[in-house]
Amino acid sequence: MERQSYSIVLSGEAGQGLQTIESLVISLLQKSGYHAFIAKELMSRVRGGNNTSEIRISSSRVQAFVDRIDVLIVLSKDGLDRLLDRIDEKTLIIGEKDYIQARKTDARLYPVNVKEQMQKVGSQIYANTFFVGVLSTLFSCEEEIARSLLSDRFSSKGESVVENNLKAFDFGKEAAKKSDYHFSIQRDVSVTKMKAIKGFETIGIGALSGGCNFVASYPMSPSTSVLVYLASHERSHSVLVEQAEDEIAAINMALGAWYAGARAMVTTSGGGFALMTEGISLSGITETPVVVHLAQRPGPGTGLPTRTEQGDLNLALYAGHGDFPRVILAPGTWEDGVLLSHQAFEIADAYQVPVFILTDQYYLDGEGVMEKIDFSKLERTNHVIESDASYKRYKITDSGISERAIPGQGKGYVCVDSDEHTEEGRITESAAVRQAMMDKRMRKLSAYKDIEPRVIGAKHYTTLVVGWGSTYGAIEEAIATLDDDGVAFAFFPQVYPLPSGTREILEKAEHLILVENNASAQFGQLIRRDLGIIFDTTILKYNGSPFSVEQLVERIGEVLA
Amino acid sequence: MKQTQFDINTEIAWCPGCGNFLLLQLLKESLDELDVDPTNVVISSGIGQAAKMPQYVNTSFFNGLHGRGLPVATAISLTNPELLVIAEGGDGDMYGEGGNHFIHTIRRNPNIVHLVHNNMVYGLTKGQASPTSQRGFKTPLQSEGVISEPLNPLALAISLGAGFVARTFVGNRELTKEVIKQAVIHKGYALVDIFDPCVSFNKVNTFAWYKEHSYVLGDDWNASDKIQSLVKSMESDPFPLGVLYENPERQPTLTEMHPAYQKEDTPLFKRRRSVQELTALME
Repeated sequence: MERQSYSIVLSGEAGQGLQTIESLVISLLQKSGYHAFIAKELMSRVRGGNNTSEIRISSSRVQAFVDRIDVLIVLSKDGLDRLLDRIDEKTLIIGEKDYIQARKTDARLYPVNVKEQMQKVGSQIYANTFFVGVLSTLFSCEEEIARSLLSDRFSSKGESVVENNLKAFDFGKEAAKKSDYHFSIQRDVSVTKMKAIKGFETIGIGALSGGCNFVASYPMSPSTSVLVYLASHERSHSVLVEQAEDEIAAINMALGAWYAGARAMVTTSGGGFALMTEGISLSGITETPVVVHLAQRPGPGTGLPTRTEQGDLNLALYAGHGDFPRVILAPGTWEDGVLLSHQAFEIADAYQVPVFILTDQYYLDGEGVMEKIDFSKLERTNHVIESDASYKRYKITDSGISERAIPGQGKGYVCVDSDEHTEEGRITESAAVRQAMMDKRMRKLSAYKDIEPRVIGAKHYTTLVVGWGSTYGAIEEAIATLDDDGVAFAFFPQVYPLPSGTREILEKAEHLILVENNASAQFGQLIRRDLGIIFDTTILKYNGSPFSVEQLVERIGEVLA
Repeated sequence: MKQTQFDINTEIAWCPGCGNFLLLQLLKESLDELDVDPTNVVISSGIGQAAKMPQYVNTSFFNGLHGRGLPVATAISLTNPELLVIAEGGDGDMYGEGGNHFIHTIRRNPNIVHLVHNNMVYGLTKGQASPTSQRGFKTPLQSEGVISEPLNPLALAISLGAGFVARTFVGNRELTKEVIKQAVIHKGYALVDIFDPCVSFNKVNTFAWYKEHSYVLGDDWNASDKIQSLVKSMESDPFPLGVLYENPERQPTLTEMHPAYQKEDTPLFKRRRSVQELTALME
């Protein structure tokens, strides 16, 4: 079935409450049986500036940003300014008359008297809800669902607030009805059974599912949303969340917590993670597991604090002095976010290594629709043993993995040291012990079972597009749009170590295309380093924005032509 | 030397005559006399001569990074409040590299004992100034003498709300044991700054110097008046020794105040999350 989809862009100022519309609309669409996705672009300020959100409504799975704007809702007087090159004669612009005429465009204009009507409701703050009414009607959403979502959302603020929101919704509904515009799209009933979800929630839920019960972090965009999500579950899900004085304290707290028997995580972004790197090395030598959620944003330095990039793969890959094993995972879909975050804790505990979950601003701030996870099917293995009097924390074993006890649980002592150490955890400078311990640590992942790449598209491909992390949705949709039976997409949920099947998958193709949201093709460098495979075409973007579907269709299309 | 259940037969890497030998023995005797179960103790330390202490004590330990003993200790205590957690290190480790953690650990009030060996010099890196070095103290690096004001850990701790603040001198064995024992018994964060001479790199602040430049607070000292204690902590030459301040009211600890412990007392590491609790996240 052909994908039918529309893109709606909301353009307003920071502090105008765009997120109120967004979360309502995504739930409304999901409950009405539409696939949906929201991408947010924020300027780095608390008030003013110009923020935009793009809502995709689709007949099939969607998790990608498009340049094309089908419906543009303008909420502020300069709302058109930054969008002119994405508007054409097919775009429908809706908003206050002077806002939508502020710049000359070829678009169809539909002015609405929001200000005047909101005066009747009682306050301009209801303008957002007016537009929920407009969108709900234009796209034939279930009105009753919209009403109950509005009631739920505002019930804590009192009856009159609920009533005013419903009035604003009705004004919006009437405004849309009076227009000649209507957009029809195939529903998918199965979506009504799914869950509307935000990107950061997938990481938080996955962490809780993986047994995370201790989080120490220092706030930094875009990672903070995960910290706040987990803090809001402190009582309900027994997860202890501590705001550390700095990132160095955070990573050391996480290691202390694992040592004492918790499953701990830090959530941070590039600059903050840079401060943690000595702690990652400490995890390496003490064999204390740890999970790091590294939410990427464009660097170097402070970079573009509220935008997106995949520029920290090398940072995660090389963080920490000395040699020690690690695993790096990167979710593409919302389901990946939950499942890989869950898995990160299992891997960290089983192999006593640092495990990274690599996301970015685009993934975390995005919203969409996800299949519900059946948590009873996910494995949670206890790897902690009770010690006896002869317990040795670093016993040399064939697997390289020494049984991990925790202090106070058993008759033994749990002695861990950042100096090179003996099996008992005592400092040593013996060359023989050093070599034996290094060999032991370096073979810890020998029994680890890789999370293999997913190949999507043509079975017998000649051209293969390779991607990881948040580019998933755009690549997947671009490949589907191109509909070429010689092209496929290899998605890597595990970016390091390179999964065992990587060479075979890549070598089947005659032409290899790499897509990365960074300036130096970091994953391409890794594949070249470890496998000697070089990409024929490299498609990179590093201006702070995610790839759009159109950009990838054009660039990949050029290769196929 | 008195035998204790904390003894361990191992080679010790300190210089002969180091004050740390004395402190090691006093720490082990203090714990022994309190009947502490060695399997229930964790010492968290950083890097430095002082931070090697847990290597020589028969307990569990986490000997981590330079300056980072406190965040590790805090997390251990939060994860398993049943453990006796001691964070131990030198003046450079705890007040210099770990200075930010020192400040914020006091604010948090975790139930830990904080032992700081204060020899007013860097030992492991061979004789540079430490945050507590006195003005004018000459080293190969500060060849014309230290030009910064020494840190006053006691005044800092009292002003930040620490519930137990003490100083001792290893040369005074009875006082040192008494202060360590009181710090262990105290519920919440307890700072013990310990004058502990470095025989190799500090030829100024020697055993004799510490003895001459300090005095023990008398039995009539009232440690429960915060302002009076703060004034007392500002005294130098002679430096007062003993418990300078102990809050007469029991302050709730970090663990007791944490929302994750408000609902239930079960130590964090023992709790398990049910599939039902997770399924609720999909609603």
